[in-house]
Amino acid sequence: MKPNKTFRLHGAEPLPQKALEALNHVGASRRDFLKTAGVMMIGFGAATEGKAQSTINPSGNVDVTQVDNWIAIGADESITVLSGKCDFGQGMRTVQLQLAAEELSVPMDRITLVLCKTGITPNQGYTAGSFSTWTQFGVGGLRNALDSARDALYQLASQWLDAPVGQLAVQNGVFSVVGGDPTYTVSYGQLVQGQRFNLTVNAKAVPKDPSKWTVLGQPIPRVDIPAKAKGTFQYVQKVRVPGMLHGKVVRPPALGGHVVSIDKTSVNGLPGNPQVVQVNDFVGVVADTEWHATNAANALAPAIAWTLGATFPPQANLYTYMTSQPSRDAYAVNTGDVDTVMAGAVKTLSAQYLYPFQMHGSLASSCAVVDVQGTGKTATVKAWSATQSVYDVRGYLATLLSIPAANIEVVQVEGSGCYGGNGADPVTFDAALLSQAVGKPVRVQYTRRDEMTGGEHYGHPMVANRKAGIDAYGTIIAWDSETFLMVHGEGPLAGFTFGGAPGPGNFIPGALAGFPTGKVVPTTTPAPPAPSPFWNFGNSVPPYATGNIGGVSLGTGTVPSQRSVTRLVESPLWTSYLRSPDHIQNTWANESFMDEIAASQNVDPVQYRLRHVTDQRLIGVLNAVVQQAGWDTRPSPKPGNARTGVVTGRGVSFVLYSGFDGYCAVVAQVSVDQGSGVITVTKVTAGLDTGPVINPDGLRNQMEGQVIQGMSRALIEEVKFANQGSGGFGGGAVTSFDWRTYRVLQFGDTIPQIDTVLINNLKVAPTGAGETIITLVGSAIGNAVFDATGVRLRQIPMTPANFLAAKAAQKV
Amino acid sequence: MATYGIQINGQSSTVTIDDPNTPLLFVLQEVFHLNGPKFGCGLGQCGACTVLLDGQPIRSCNTAVSQADGHSVTSLEGLRALDGLPNPDDLHPLQQAFVTQQALQCGYCVAGPVMYGYAFVRDNPNPSRSDIEQGLAGILCRCCSHTRMLNAIQSYAQEKSK
Repeated sequence: MKPNKTFRLHGAEPLPQKALEALNHVGASRRDFLKTAGVMMIGFGAATEGKAQSTINPSGNVDVTQVDNWIAIGADESITVLSGKCDFGQGMRTVQLQLAAEELSVPMDRITLVLCKTGITPNQGYTAGSFSTWTQFGVGGLRNALDSARDALYQLASQWLDAPVGQLAVQNGVFSVVGGDPTYTVSYGQLVQGQRFNLTVNAKAVPKDPSKWTVLGQPIPRVDIPAKAKGTFQYVQKVRVPGMLHGKVVRPPALGGHVVSIDKTSVNGLPGNPQVVQVNDFVGVVADTEWHATNAANALAPAIAWTLGATFPPQANLYTYMTSQPSRDAYAVNTGDVDTVMAGAVKTLSAQYLYPFQMHGSLASSCAVVDVQGTGKTATVKAWSATQSVYDVRGYLATLLSIPAANIEVVQVEGSGCYGGNGADPVTFDAALLSQAVGKPVRVQYTRRDEMTGGEHYGHPMVANRKAGIDAYGTIIAWDSETFLMVHGEGPLAGFTFGGAPGPGNFIPGALAGFPTGKVVPTTTPAPPAPSPFWNFGNSVPPYATGNIGGVSLGTGTVPSQRSVTRLVESPLWTSYLRSPDHIQNTWANESFMDEIAASQNVDPVQYRLRHVTDQRLIGVLNAVVQQAGWDTRPSPKPGNARTGVVTGRGVSFVLYSGFDGYCAVVAQVSVDQGSGVITVTKVTAGLDTGPVINPDGLRNQMEGQVIQGMSRALIEEVKFANQGSGGFGGGAVTSFDWRTYRVLQFGDTIPQIDTVLINNLKVAPTGAGETIITLVGSAIGNAVFDATGVRLRQIPMTPANFLAAKAAQKV
Repeated sequence: MATYGIQINGQSSTVTIDDPNTPLLFVLQEVFHLNGPKFGCGLGQCGACTVLLDGQPIRSCNTAVSQADGHSVTSLEGLRALDGLPNPDDLHPLQQAFVTQQALQCGYCVAGPVMYGYAFVRDNPNPSRSDIEQGLAGILCRCCSHTRMLNAIQSYAQEKSK
């Protein structure tokens, strides 16, 4: 063995072994868990005096530019990989293990992967937007950091083994010289000696060639599924800490209601020593057990007098209300010639599409445990939360509790699937307010009603007006698009969505506690398109536009004259991002409208689309899907179908998600009972080109789930609300408060045959998949219904009643 | 205060509790430290809290603990032992089918499809796919892994009938 005289990791402190050990869950084994009578503690701080700051990085700000913030190699050959992208069941834990194993040339089971803890893992913001794969495989992401570390290891090994890098081979974390003495080796642990890399991430580090992948690209089974199937996997709902109390919240019956008075004696004498907590309009109660807290909350609720709160528009008038409010307007594209070109068109078509408020409807009622210790600037906070961003939640908690962020530790523990901004962040703030008030750790698990009416923020409703101009050859020459969306609060997206100031008041509990909620500030003229490059977040610009901004065209289509304006209006209901936010609404409109145009030209819907797109990957995925689906090329509606009884049809939809993040296409086949209006989806063929396929089975799992969730949202889901009359209280309330009043697709409903098509495109960087297919399902079904029946559906959900109403109105 | 005798995953147990209306789910979680049944809605509408009561699937979130007095409760953790299989901490064959099919995403709902699927296949050997779909009617999986779950239950049923 060579002496390590050329070892070059100068000036670095050894990585504290304790910190590494602490990265593992405390008391992780089931046996230990049972022995300690359900007292489970998660995270490094639980056993180490609750210190909020990482021993790895005392500043608490773990930035993504340092290799050491992503990877630690112990002298004992342990490999710890740290990431800021969480797993909610979409498989990111397994994918990131595959990635680390691939780039570091070690088996997956040698890697300890730590996800989403403040002060420990790199700050990568929210795990959302279908961006995790794109981020982790892109510049500045996990792969880049791993490759930077790998390159450093190669250089160290080259020095150690006295051989050029090009002659080194590495297997299972051990270097040897190709063609040399097989016992002349050095391991990662020997090279690093428990020290830090002290390197910045090299943006130019070259990832392993996907054509040589052995772990990535394989259908590796998800590492979390066995424990989930056995029932031993521990979600945030299972976190218990010593001395913990259970809390429940009591929300105003009408949104926007303020507390007039609270009779706190209403809980006197109830079991569990209930304590009522009020912070402005935030009201909750804590007790020793969840059941006692539930009963106390039920006793407390009628003992609170509230003001009437906000008045809602009648649900039936929602869409006309939306289009009559002052709005904040911005163009995504505007070539300035749309009115002129439209005026010269041989034919114009226009249509309006409607999309309701929808819920995340997470299966688990959201839950968090927060422990606020002490008061003032020396107080400390530890939060166990199913949040998508531990760092953002830390910031909101700092404001909410007036405690410095450096004293706050947030640990992400998986909850149920969230599909966006569900109740995970809000319930964390509820638990924090209660814990601060009672001085003990508090666990809050929402009731179903809490979750659905005062916990989660809903997806945006939409009114979409679309108009197209067509020339003498039947080609689209102008596309005009106006999209109204309704927003309120938006959680973490207040700034992104409408330029609002960030803060806890953009979430329901923070607003109740008195923090300001951002409001949509109307514009007098629409903001111009963002400067190039065009990226089409929200997919308001259809696949058919050139995406021309300032002379640079980065869209996927051919239509030169284009205008897309989005008008945001203030919502009476709380909103935030719901899986495929605005993309699903806009694509429902765009792809339904394109189908209308194709039908007006008596051209096959696939052929007509192909005439208006130029992007070869988009064309490729469409062709692959229609071929797999056995598409019969002909115009819609289907000739020969009777206008009574049960008929069948097929429809298509495609898009480039967000303008860069996943090429996707869907063909749906339906049968429609024209008497009852019941739409049955019989088969869905879904295809994706998201670059190199990282885990084919995981990808198919995501696609299949998106097909069915997309069906649920297209056919069934709608948040209902009402004014409650002047007798009790006059304000508006959500009347979808459980699974009967907010129906989603369930077992017993027809599940279609699902066929998935993967295009393993090795020549490009991987992009996201989590919000792709779902974006297309509604329009593909609606187009299939038109093909079958000649009835054009322009409103979600496509319920039997909406079908029958459309059939009658269109006199089909 | 009342004391109830409940057999939990094969073990005789007692619980003394102030309120006989306490949901069985909370007792299973807080007193017996079971992790399989989970709180989804508290209304018996989703299935995440499903356990077997004397072998029949029930929603433990809206079943009072008093109703379990003198009965046996089986959760996901105890399914293997219920069938008399060795190594009770291993996966039951139906749970293994869920792993083989990769039939979960977040997995929070799993007590519903597994416990209802188990009882349905036990009571209906060689079920058709649509039989299984109807046997699970009303169970929710919000990640929408329905197809794979049905595949898993069907493959388990086929294996079992061999």
